[in-house]
Amino acid sequence: MSEEVKLLTGDEAIARGAWEAGVKVAAAYPGTPSTEILENIALYDEIYAEWSPNEKVALEVAGGAAIAGVRALASMKHVGVNVAADPLLTLSYTGVNRGLVIVSADDPGMHSSQNEQDNRYYAPFAKIPMLEPGDSQEAKDMTRDAFEISEEFDTPVLVRVTTRVCHGKSPVRVGVRAEVETREFTRNTAKYVMIPAHARRRHVAIEERTLRLAEYAETSPFNRVVRGNGGIGIICSGIASRYAMEVAPEASFLILGMTHPLPEKKIREFAASVQRLYVIEELEPYLEDRLRVMGIEVSGKEAFPRCGELTPELVRKGLFGVEPAPVQIPADVSIPMRPPVLCPGCPHRGFFHIVNKNKLHVTGDIGCYTLSALPPLTSMDTCICMGASISAAVGFAKAFEDQPGKRVVAVLGDSTFMHSGLTGLMDTVYNKAKVITCVLDNRTTAMTGHQEHPGTGFTIKGEPTYSVQIADVARALGVKHVHEVDPYDLQATDRAFKECLALDEPSVIVAKRACALKCRDADFSLSVVDQDQCKKCKACLKIGCPAIVSRGDVIMVDKSLCFGCGICRQVCPFGALVPVE
Amino acid sequence: MNDTQNIIMVGVGGQGIILASELMAEAALLAGYDVRKSEVHGMAQRGGSVSSHVRFGREVLSPLIEFGRADIMLAFEKVEGLRAASFLKPGATIIMNDVEVVPTTVSIGMGTYPQDVQERVRDMGFDLVMIDAQETATRAGTVKAANVVLLAALASFLDIERETWLEVIRRRVPKKFLDVNLEAFNLGYGITRA
Repeated sequence: MSEEVKLLTGDEAIARGAWEAGVKVAAAYPGTPSTEILENIALYDEIYAEWSPNEKVALEVAGGAAIAGVRALASMKHVGVNVAADPLLTLSYTGVNRGLVIVSADDPGMHSSQNEQDNRYYAPFAKIPMLEPGDSQEAKDMTRDAFEISEEFDTPVLVRVTTRVCHGKSPVRVGVRAEVETREFTRNTAKYVMIPAHARRRHVAIEERTLRLAEYAETSPFNRVVRGNGGIGIICSGIASRYAMEVAPEASFLILGMTHPLPEKKIREFAASVQRLYVIEELEPYLEDRLRVMGIEVSGKEAFPRCGELTPELVRKGLFGVEPAPVQIPADVSIPMRPPVLCPGCPHRGFFHIVNKNKLHVTGDIGCYTLSALPPLTSMDTCICMGASISAAVGFAKAFEDQPGKRVVAVLGDSTFMHSGLTGLMDTVYNKAKVITCVLDNRTTAMTGHQEHPGTGFTIKGEPTYSVQIADVARALGVKHVHEVDPYDLQATDRAFKECLALDEPSVIVAKRACALKCRDADFSLSVVDQDQCKKCKACLKIGCPAIVSRGDVIMVDKSLCFGCGICRQVCPFGALVPVE
Repeated sequence: MNDTQNIIMVGVGGQGIILASELMAEAALLAGYDVRKSEVHGMAQRGGSVSSHVRFGREVLSPLIEFGRADIMLAFEKVEGLRAASFLKPGATIIMNDVEVVPTTVSIGMGTYPQDVQERVRDMGFDLVMIDAQETATRAGTVKAANVVLLAALASFLDIERETWLEVIRRRVPKKFLDVNLEAFNLGYGITRA
């Protein structure tokens, strides 16, 4: 029987690897570039899959399942691991019963992230082994084999991927599912109950485990040498290895698929066999620093950048000093920027128009609404991490107490509120902060491509379930003033703000309206500009709708883009924007 | 590695670039090539610039094309074609959709949309082929199949059998939209080489 070859993204391949490994439980919170891992796992009937409210919950669910006796996986983007770091560092102590794999999907270049932290450091920090696939085949194979390593060494395993692996496609020879027996769970308090007396002994155990893993790393098939003809030797991992192998086909390579613990003997042998040694790695000098500690002379970050993604041309430049010399775009050609924008019909647009009108300070959060930080709306003062909008607003409110007239509103989405907004909101009540918390409830996790969450009423597998109501939660936490408004209704939204601004205590506005990408067939009347009435005041352009186009002296609505939300019609002071007859 | 074909597809989020590049990569695999493809998801639906790299050949390692090494570009939108021109080899072919999508930045006065994209691209020494994919797709039955028209125009430049492309479309496109997409492909194939 010939093996079946499928063209898979790295994320699809990780899902396939988990399925082949006999995984029974998988959990995640969506986050680019990791989202599609769980979306694909959810397609397998044999695996229980869930969108968890956040990454900490996801890892605890997976960790609980692994301790209870089934293979389990949790996937998340790099910053999600920060949220899950608490269980991660102690699950390392408890170890597992059946295999536990954590996938960290890092985002060098920050295509859709707030920082570009290098999560490889989590492996030595948590003292767990780490595998780094460089393409989809490796993503599948390493995920599958990570479960074997997890069980053999009684440890969670970190699989660390990056955007170009997650979202790159390459052929994968797929295998079949191994049905793995559930291992009976028996109470073992010394191992699974991490009170200090037990944890002290476990710490010793995991230090010994690391030594055994280091021996294993010497024999791991994922650490491989490719001999070339030249004197150059390159140590690399992940996607950087593919760029390097293509740019320097003559060089010798030590490609590290297992990057914690490192195979030190193998590295020393390789280093001694070449005349000039480079480490080519994306982001931080993770391998390079370890090599230097080993006393190995190596070139690394002086030749290859620490910030941003690596590319084949950056690898070529670093190795050979050759600048790419493509056909240059003439200097006098100005190419307009095209950043992502709030979509036509986006319910956030009208909301931010009202925020701007009321001249408020805005602590923002992670989601589509952060696009309102850019012109023309420029509505946002901070964006830090999931949930920080509300808690940072508490800080703003306390700092503003002796600055009369300054008011802060916290703005976050429904999914972000479920993720980590509740504790912050509780803080506004508990510590009496004059914060208006605004939840832009578009009934989905929009930015990552419309995933369900505890408020949508559906699970990842599409089963109906309880829908958590944000207004009810706010009231239950003790917020006395809770408004629910339709952000398409600018007057009602403005009224809600006016009422909240008059208060000396915390309040909540839930702006409820489905994401425009989720209800494309909604029956609204499109807008058109009545050119006789238009005074070219450009008020409509200040809401940043892609459907409103200014060409020379004429402002018009692109019918193919207009959604019919009617916000522009409420913004125009001259009644020049009218519904199409 | 000299036999590797490097294709870059560029345009605006929502134009169907990702699907087109999926079909491209599947066709290359079905034709017996090794293939790598890369793009960035996540923001693709939010109207920003989108680009997808597809590489196929005997053995391909990097999913990204180096600057100055793309053999051919499929530009779904004019200024996006100009923006990505530095990825192309000197004298390479650009298949360009005759469509201007004005970015919101232009409407608010942060930049202008160049009026001479075609001239500029030709001045840079590229071989420019203009296509009205919208019009062709409308003839096939829906303007939404413009991406398949463009893919077909590209297909006629590549060393992959026409039947392979049709097979991939039959496998990947839902039944409801299959006929119109096959028609869009047939109208687009060779449109540039008439």
